[in-house]
Amino acid sequence: MPCSDYDPASLPDLLPLYYRRLFPFSQYYRWLSYGGVQKNYFQNREFSFTLKDDIYVRYQSFSTQSELEKEMQKMNPYKIDIGAIYSHRPNQHNTVKSGTFQALEKELVFDIDMTDYDDVRSCCSAADICLRCWTLMTIAIRILDRALRDDFGFQHLLWVYSGRRGVHCWVCDEAARKLSSAARSAVAEYLSLVKGGEETVKKVVLTDPIHPFIKESLAVVEKYFPQYALKDQDILGRKESVDKVLALVKELQQAFQKDKIPESRWEHVLDQALDKQGTTKKGQHFEKEIMLQYCYPRLDVNVSKGVNHLLKSPFSVHPKTGRISVPIDLKELETFDPFAVPTISLICEELDRPKPGEEQSEDTNKNEDEKDAAEKRKVRDYKRTSLAKYIKHFDQFLDTMARSWKGELLKKSDLQKDF
Amino acid sequence: MLFSGRRRKLAVNAQTEIYGQPLQFYGQPPLENISLSEFETFAVDRLKLLKTVETLGVSYVKASEQYSFKLMNESKSLNFPYRPEAGSMDDRKPQPGPTEYDKRRKDHISHFILRLAYCQTEDLRRWFIQQEVDLFRHRFSELHPKQKLEFLHRNNLQYDTISVEEKKALQDKLISSSAGISGITVEDQDFYKVPFQDALDVVRMRKVYLKAGYVYIPHQDIVTIVLNDFRTRLSKALALTARSLPAVHSDERLQPLLNHLSHAYVGQDYSIQKNVGKISLEQIDSLSAKSFPLCMRQLHQALRENHHLRHGGRMQYGLFLKGIGLSLEQALQFWRSEFIRGKVDADKFDKAYAYSVRHMFGKEGKRTDYTPFSCMKVILSNPPSQGDHHGCPFRHSDPELLKQKLQFYKVSPSGIHQILELVKGMHYQLACQKYFELTHNVEDATFSLNHPNQYFTESQKLLGTGRDMKRETDGAQRSQENASTKGSSTAREAAAKPPQQIAEMTEELDSFFQDA
Repeated sequence: MPCSDYDPASLPDLLPLYYRRLFPFSQYYRWLSYGGVQKNYFQNREFSFTLKDDIYVRYQSFSTQSELEKEMQKMNPYKIDIGAIYSHRPNQHNTVKSGTFQALEKELVFDIDMTDYDDVRSCCSAADICLRCWTLMTIAIRILDRALRDDFGFQHLLWVYSGRRGVHCWVCDEAARKLSSAARSAVAEYLSLVKGGEETVKKVVLTDPIHPFIKESLAVVEKYFPQYALKDQDILGRKESVDKVLALVKELQQAFQKDKIPESRWEHVLDQALDKQGTTKKGQHFEKEIMLQYCYPRLDVNVSKGVNHLLKSPFSVHPKTGRISVPIDLKELETFDPFAVPTISLICEELDRPKPGEEQSEDTNKNEDEKDAAEKRKVRDYKRTSLAKYIKHFDQFLDTMARSWKGELLKKSDLQKDF
Repeated sequence: MLFSGRRRKLAVNAQTEIYGQPLQFYGQPPLENISLSEFETFAVDRLKLLKTVETLGVSYVKASEQYSFKLMNESKSLNFPYRPEAGSMDDRKPQPGPTEYDKRRKDHISHFILRLAYCQTEDLRRWFIQQEVDLFRHRFSELHPKQKLEFLHRNNLQYDTISVEEKKALQDKLISSSAGISGITVEDQDFYKVPFQDALDVVRMRKVYLKAGYVYIPHQDIVTIVLNDFRTRLSKALALTARSLPAVHSDERLQPLLNHLSHAYVGQDYSIQKNVGKISLEQIDSLSAKSFPLCMRQLHQALRENHHLRHGGRMQYGLFLKGIGLSLEQALQFWRSEFIRGKVDADKFDKAYAYSVRHMFGKEGKRTDYTPFSCMKVILSNPPSQGDHHGCPFRHSDPELLKQKLQFYKVSPSGIHQILELVKGMHYQLACQKYFELTHNVEDATFSLNHPNQYFTESQKLLGTGRDMKRETDGAQRSQENASTKGSSTAREAAAKPPQQIAEMTEELDSFFQDA
C-alpha cells in the first residue's frame, strides 16, 4: 500500500485539502459548544495553531463554526491545540484589563506518553512505539477509564490517539469541566502510582491496607502482565532488564542464577512475596509493586493540573507521522492498532479515487441550495475515506452527550417558566 | 452618639461570644479600635507563627506528636491560644501573663491583619491560605471530641451521613480505604458522604473510599471536610478583601507596614542580581563541584551528560543560574551550546527553547521576572517524574542512590550516615546543610539553609574565591547575619516602641524579615 506512505514534505500540499473537504467541522463545533447550555462557550474557547516553521499562534477564538472553518482553511495549521474557556474572547485578551482575563473551564484532560515508560520497555525508546509496547497504552486506558467512571462518576470520556506515541483523554462531563485546578491535581494524584524521576529506582510503594482503587487497577494489570511483561518484553529473560528487576528484589539474585526461564523466575518472585507476607510487615507487596512499576499508567500530571493548559486537538494531524489524531472506540480497544490509523496522505488519496455512481448524484443535487450541497458533499467526502469509522464513533460520543444536554436545557427552561 | 455607643456594645458582646470558643472560623472581623503598635506586634507575631507552621510542615509529618508539640510551644511563646481545654473564660485560677481572652483576641485580630497584607497577589494568597489551613488543622485536632461536635453545631456544618445498610454493604471497601479503621470502628462511627471536590486532600492521598464522585469519610477524619470549608471561605474572603484594599492603602500609616508584612514570607528571594556578569561560563563546571548545592550539581551533571534537561529541570537550574549572576545573553549561550551537542540543532533551539530562557528573565509572555526556587518550593512542588533530574536529591532520591552519589563525591562514611539519618527524619534542608558542612570542612554552618542560591553565596564566601563578587554581597550578608542572631528580639523591641519611630522600625523589620 504505497499510497499510505507519508512524507512530511507533502504536508503543506495536503493540509488545504484536508481542511477543505475532510475535517469534521460540524461535529467539532457541536462538541465544543456543548449544546449551547452555557452562553459563549464556544466563542470564549482558546485555540492555538502551530503553523509552518513552528510558528506558534496562541489565543485564537471564533464566534461561529463558519468563522472557524474559514480561518483554518486560510491558515492551514500543522497542528491545532485546544485550550480553556476564558472569561472573555481569547482573541481580544489584550483589550481587557490584565488580571480579569482568566481561564474558567476546560475538559479534564490526561496525557499519557510512551516516552515516560522508557525505563520499563526494551523494544523501543523515546518517540518510537511498536505493537508490543502499545499494550501499555491499552492497560493505561483500561485502568483510567474504569477509575474515572466508577470512582469519580464521570461518563463522557473521549479517548484519542495522539497521532504518534501516546493517548489523550478528554473528560467532558459538566462537573469535570468546572473543576478547579486544585481539584484537577487531586484527581491526577489519586490516579498516579508511579513516582520519582531518574534518581529513584523503586517507583511504586504500597502500604496496607491496599486501597480499592489499587486493587481494581492491579486486577487489570494482572490480566496483561504474563503476556506483555514476561513474554513480549521478556523482563525476566534479557540480562539488562533482569538486572533492573533484581534492583527491586535483591534477595532473588541466587534463585535467578539457577533458574533462567522467565515464567519460573516470576514464580520465584511470587513465592518470595508469599514468604514475606507471613513474616515481615515491610515490603510485603513487592510482587504487586513490580507489576505496577512496569505496567501502571504514567500520567503527565502537569497537563492535567492547569485549567489553561493546551492539549492537541482531536482530528489534528501529527506533523511528523501524518497520522490523524482519532478518537478510540473502547469497544475495539484490544485490536486498536496505531499503525493502522489513517495518515493524511492516505485519506487524501482515497478522496481522489473515483467511486462509481458519484458523478451522477452530483448532478441530481444541482438545484439544491449551495451551502447545503457543500455540507452534503463534505459528509460524502469523509465517508469515502478510512476516517469514516472514527468520525462515526465521534458522532456516537456526541449523541450520548447530547442526551445530557437535553436534560440540562429542559431544567433551565423549567426554571424560567417559574418566574 | 447614642447609636455609636450601642453599636460598640453590640460589637463587644459579639466578641465576647466569639472568644468564648477555643476555635473560630473567622467569620466576623474585629470591630474595636487598636493602637498602631498593637497592630504591628500582632501581625508580626502571627507571621512568625505561620512561618513556624510552614517550617514544621516540611520537617515533620503533619499532626505527628512532635509537630503538634512544637507548634503548641510556638503558639504558647507568642501568646496565641494553644490549649483548647482552657475553655471557659471565667478561669478560676488567675494566671500570670495574658488571659485566654487576650490570646483569642490576638488570634482573631492578627488573622484579619494578615488577610490585608496577604490578599494582594495569587502567590501571597496561596501561601497564607496554606499556612492558615495547617494551623487550623492543628487546632481542630487538638479539640476534644465534644468540642469538635460543638464547633460543628455552632458553625452550622452539617454533612450527610450514610445509612447503616449502606455502611454494611460497603464495609470491606471502607475498611481497606482508610488506615486505622477496622470492622468495629466502621460500625461505631458515622460515615459522611460528600462530593469529592469537597475533600480534595484525602482524595489526593487516596485515604478514603471514592465511588461515583462521592467520598466516604469516617467521623474520625471529619477535619478534612471542615478544613475544606475553612479553605473555601478563606479564599473567598481574601478575594473580597483584595477588592476593598485600595481604601486601606490610602491610609499612609498602614500601607508601608502591610507591604513589609507581605514581603516577609519569601525571605530573601535572590532575584535582585547584584552580580550580573561576574561569572563566566567557563567557571560553571568548577563552581558546580565546589559551590553548587547537590540539587544543582545533579542538574548540571545531567545537562552535561544528556545535553538536555526537561522543563522542570530547566526552570529549577536556569533560575538558579540567573540568581548566581548569569546574564540573559550568557544564559542563552550556555543552554544553546549544551543543547546543540545533543539532539537539538541550533535552529530548533532558537524556536523551541530560547523563548523559555527569555521568559525566565522576564522578557516574554507576561514579563514576570521569575525568582529562583527556594528549598521549600523545590521540595514541595512539582516532584520529578520519569526522565526528570530536578527536585531535591535529599527528598526525591532513593537513599541507596543518594548514598552512592555522596560516596562518589567523597563524603566520609560517617558523614553519609549522618546525612541519611537526617533524610530518614525528613529533615531535607538540614541534610543539605550537613552536606555543606562536610564539603566545606566547617563544624557548624552559621546560617540556616533555605535557598539553593543561599548555599552558593555562603559557599563562595567561605571559599573566598571570586573576590570581586564577594565584595558585592558581603554587606548584605553581614546585615543578614546580625538580624538572624538578634532577629526575634529586634522585632519585639520594635513593636514596643512608640509610633513616631515607625519609620525606623520598618527598616529594622526589613532586616528581620530578610532572615525570617
